[in-house]
Amino acid sequence: MKINVKHVAKLANLPLSENEEKKFEKQLNEVLSYVKKLNEKDVKNIKETSQITELENVTREDNSSFSLTQEEALSSSKKNHNGMFKIPKIF
Amino acid sequence: MSLNTISIKQAREGLSKKKFSSEELVNACLFEIKKGKSLNAFITVCEKEALEKARLSDKKIKEEVDLPLLGIPISLKDIYLTKGIKTTAGSRILEDYIPQYSATVVKNLEDAGAIIVGKTNCDAWAHGSSGENSDYGHTKNPWNEEYVPGGSSSGSAVSVAANMALSSTGTDTGGSIRLPASFCNVVGLKPTYGRVSRYGIVAMASSLDSIGHFTKNVDDSALMLSITAGKDPNDATTPDNKVDAYENYLNKGVKNIKIGIPKEYFLEGLDKRIKEKIKNSIKLLETQGANIEYISLPHTQYAVACYYIIQPAEVSSNLARYDRIRYGNDRSFFGDEAKRRIMLGTYVLSSGYYDAYYKKAMRVRTLVKKDFDNAFKKVDVIITPVSPTLPWKIGEKTSDPLAMYLSDIYTVTANLAGIPGLSVPIGFIDNLPVGMQILGPHFSEGKLFQAGKACEYA
Amino acid sequence: MKPVIGLETHIELKTKSKMFCPCSADYFGKKPNTHTCPVCLGLPGALPVPNKTAIEWCVMLGMALNCDIPQFSKFDRKNYFYPDLPKGYQISQYAEPFCLKGSIKLDSGKTIGITRVHMEEDTGKLIHESIDGQDVTLIDFNRSGVPLVEIVTQPDFDNTKDVIDYLKKLQQIARYLDISNADMEKGDMRLEPNISLQKKGKTGLPNYKVEVKNINSFRFVEKSINYEIDRQTKILNEGKTPTQETRGWDENKQKTVTQRIKEESSDYRYFPEPDIPPVRWTELQITNYKLQIPELPDKKLHRFIKQYQLNDYDAEILTRETILADYFEETVTLGKKYGLTPKQIVNFIINRRVDPKNILPAKLIRRVISAGKTDEINDETLRKIIKKVLKENPKIAEDYKKGKTSVIQFAIGQAMYIIKKKIDTEFLKKLIIEELK
Repeated sequence: MKINVKHVAKLANLPLSENEEKKFEKQLNEVLSYVKKLNEKDVKNIKETSQITELENVTREDNSSFSLTQEEALSSSKKNHNGMFKIPKIF
Repeated sequence: MSLNTISIKQAREGLSKKKFSSEELVNACLFEIKKGKSLNAFITVCEKEALEKARLSDKKIKEEVDLPLLGIPISLKDIYLTKGIKTTAGSRILEDYIPQYSATVVKNLEDAGAIIVGKTNCDAWAHGSSGENSDYGHTKNPWNEEYVPGGSSSGSAVSVAANMALSSTGTDTGGSIRLPASFCNVVGLKPTYGRVSRYGIVAMASSLDSIGHFTKNVDDSALMLSITAGKDPNDATTPDNKVDAYENYLNKGVKNIKIGIPKEYFLEGLDKRIKEKIKNSIKLLETQGANIEYISLPHTQYAVACYYIIQPAEVSSNLARYDRIRYGNDRSFFGDEAKRRIMLGTYVLSSGYYDAYYKKAMRVRTLVKKDFDNAFKKVDVIITPVSPTLPWKIGEKTSDPLAMYLSDIYTVTANLAGIPGLSVPIGFIDNLPVGMQILGPHFSEGKLFQAGKACEYA
Repeated sequence: MKPVIGLETHIELKTKSKMFCPCSADYFGKKPNTHTCPVCLGLPGALPVPNKTAIEWCVMLGMALNCDIPQFSKFDRKNYFYPDLPKGYQISQYAEPFCLKGSIKLDSGKTIGITRVHMEEDTGKLIHESIDGQDVTLIDFNRSGVPLVEIVTQPDFDNTKDVIDYLKKLQQIARYLDISNADMEKGDMRLEPNISLQKKGKTGLPNYKVEVKNINSFRFVEKSINYEIDRQTKILNEGKTPTQETRGWDENKQKTVTQRIKEESSDYRYFPEPDIPPVRWTELQITNYKLQIPELPDKKLHRFIKQYQLNDYDAEILTRETILADYFEETVTLGKKYGLTPKQIVNFIINRRVDPKNILPAKLIRRVISAGKTDEINDETLRKIIKKVLKENPKIAEDYKKGKTSVIQFAIGQAMYIIKKKIDTEFLKKLIIEELK
């Protein structure tokens, strides 16, 4: 199954040029062909591992504490206005 | 011998005995950094702050304050957030980013008295095995500048190997500490997943990222871990497990330690000379009383494929926050490797492909982990090569991403299983360093130091 | 054609801190971006740690809706890009939520199936403005990370009356459990109905559905759903199928409008959240949560009717909020000593619109007793009399406006002269002041 780079780039919010699309298509398809190796192994009755720590029930008490100041929160943004982050209008 | 070539332990002794000052020690490192500029190991050098801290440390030493790293110069991989000090993750996206907070590990090291001399270069977003994916130029191997130092913690490994710092922190998601350690002739530790807090470190693959460090010898590695290890309320994946007294393992020797040698790590793909060197090291351990057992880790052949599905999937999600709104530049500033991994990850998670790729990889991961669980019922530690080849020439693999990925063949298994791994230097071939990897069960870092120390004389 | 409606409701929990970080969750009316931290601002390297209380409240809400609580559940990442979502993914629950397969019985007798109840985090707030002639969007992340419970029903609704009854009951349960104010106008209860129409006689679900967003008030629920039903009816009558899409309710135009169709928006690429270990309950924990659930509204209502011999109407009013219900019961218990009946007490409370916050049960008893010694005159008549007094004595209104409150006594006197009976003057005074306003 060949990868539709245009579609995936859009999903991933990555702006790509036509040249980049071509270049990546080849490279990604090569990697995908390799990882398909997993199909050699029958894993029908194997459980998935999504947590390698075997931890469970890690929570914190509902206590509020310090936040960043408004200045700190905004300190790395290039555009802000009246204490809020500013971007071109979205619909 | 110049001051900066000593180990942490030697430095602590020298400082407390007033043989030299922290300011002298830090100056020696800063001088080395300037001298070795062509290696491109650093993105940011904190000369002024480091010297200020050094002078403060000298005052504290006079007052007989006792902290484990007081006055010791270290460097940090530039994916560790440092409040007020630029942190780039090796990428142009964060070229101006000054973090509003510091990583837990950074706080712990500073509380222990460590002095940060600078932020080291790395493959952008920790994506890479050679140090050639940095947006700030590649780092060079100090043993031969035409060769790669290994990655992604390239600058960190080099800064210790070239005596620019007495220790450096790194991260290991698929081998990014162990590989550069082996290529640069230093000791590199990948702790158990969750042993050290990930809070405040730019996330690469959340279920695989391990937070470790580089040192000149095993003793120093144990000392660093005793400071960085422990539960962090800010990181829900750090267990309650008590932090071992690692120093107690350092002089135990390897009598009656059972060492497993997995056949799958010694097949045709491995450079025969590396195989020979490792065999010799193992023989030496045997003469020190260790017992060897040949074992099998049958799912090793699927590990790279499994890793290169799970890791990019998590990467694609972790890099979604870089949208320029709250910090950083826009997403067109991502380099090629980052773009590749983001797209790969997006694809394997996408509708219609999740089951065939991601779900399947999660199941294979269970099998890889089971291989180790079964092996560790029979043996205490496992010894393998770190890399199938010697360090390669700069530019040799850059046009073939898949070839680059395959260099992780011996290291990704530890990340998939969450187990710790220690890379120790075992010599040179063609004047290029070779390392050997010691793996153990979860939270067995003490045993790794025990075996690693014995190898230091191998 | 029969409407087929399923509801997706979000309830914002009133915890002290946010869902995955210790920032204060009390964000309403605060200066922008003053309640944020690396976690809820999505800074590099930040990690989530779940709020224990929020999880417990979600489970309790699920239990109040008769859900099963699976022993094992976990969080998942829902990946999509939007400026109000700082991490580029929302931590939510997809495959293994906290609560499944519940139900709720409505006044109409219908039982609605609850598909699931799960936890997630809220997004930041977007404000659209024009600054120096440029159209911009401003973002405040104070709300980012506040705990949200999502309740999804089966597509069991077929009319708006049931929908409104469901929402009111859900709101009441949330308030009874004291986990949220569930106020639609304030945004702590949000509704997204999925609406389609099925041709009569056909079985199964229609082959499309339309989601409606941006319904920000109870009074628009009926309007927006009916508008959408009409819109879809017209299309179906033409032999076409309505487009499967998300539409927004436009308050000003009083119609639903197409939101810009985001083609790939529904591929959320859910995968298990690696930063948060899963949750596994013990039997004991589940039992404890069940015990913590107070008597729920419908149970209390039926008990009041039976125990106090009240009619439906009175019982409904008394049990609308736990404060009033508890107040009533306390008053009834005290009132027994004086031979007061529940009926007398409920009549007094309802007719005089007593506010539990203004008068203690013990004092209320005394007023009920003294009222019993006086004659009852109904509101209407009293108001007519008061209006007459004020009309014939315009100076009363003038002086009151000038701040001369003593003129009230004069008004009372005038009214009493006309009434010629002994009545509760406190109540009279209250009505006079109301009329003067």
